[in-house]
Amino acid sequence: MKVKLVYFAWVRERLDKPEEELDLPETVVTVADLLAHLKTLGEEYETALQHENVIRVAINQEHAEHDEPIAGAREIGIFPPMTGG
Amino acid sequence: MTMSLTPTIRVQSEDFDLQKEVDKLTAGRTDIGAVVTFSGLCRDEGGALSALELEHYPGMAEAEMRRIAELAIERFSLQGLTAIHRYGKIAPGENIVLVIAASPHRQAAFDGANFVMDFLKTSAPFWKKEHAASGEARGWVPAKDADDSARDRWSKITESPARGG
Repeated sequence: MKVKLVYFAWVRERLDKPEEELDLPETVVTVADLLAHLKTLGEEYETALQHENVIRVAINQEHAEHDEPIAGAREIGIFPPMTGG
Repeated sequence: MTMSLTPTIRVQSEDFDLQKEVDKLTAGRTDIGAVVTFSGLCRDEGGALSALELEHYPGMAEAEMRRIAELAIERFSLQGLTAIHRYGKIAPGENIVLVIAASPHRQAAFDGANFVMDFLKTSAPFWKKEHAASGEARGWVPAKDADDSARDRWSKITESPARGG
């Protein structure tokens, strides 16, 4: 499955890129699977995603829990807890 | 039955004018009895900061603010709601965020603005980075548990009946 990944704040900085397009293996079913898969892609991913429980994910620009399936996702946002307002 | 109402939602780099936004919300209306305006400003933390840099997720930021605004309109039967959030580099003393809630009586307007801010802080995709007085980037502002608690109290409060203003 081809999907566009977009990164923000310190996740973006640690990966040193704002976005990328990835072809995900079929074994990646949920958000948690995706994060685990990304961590195998290199040291920078391991560093950026090491505190997995604080990482927030949005599927097609809507917040998603880590146990949610990513089927149908065109764009997946990965970012730290929000600090606006 | 309440009339469906479209909130005004904007994500922008430029500043906003509180009075202008209030005027826009109340123009031509004679049914509004209460307008609560909240504005959030950039602090210098005792001289330590020269700026906050706000990053956002374009598209999702607006969508999430709209979702929160619509929840508030329904929950507090608001007559009008404006939410504006800035992004980019913001100097101490400058505006960051504006929420205006209008209702027939004061309690709903206070609660509506409060509710929108509590949810906006924890679920609208914005991130703050601090710039030190020296000009160097100091790092990202950590999320506060207190903000989660502020949001969660809304699920404990039972629907309050409309009260006189």
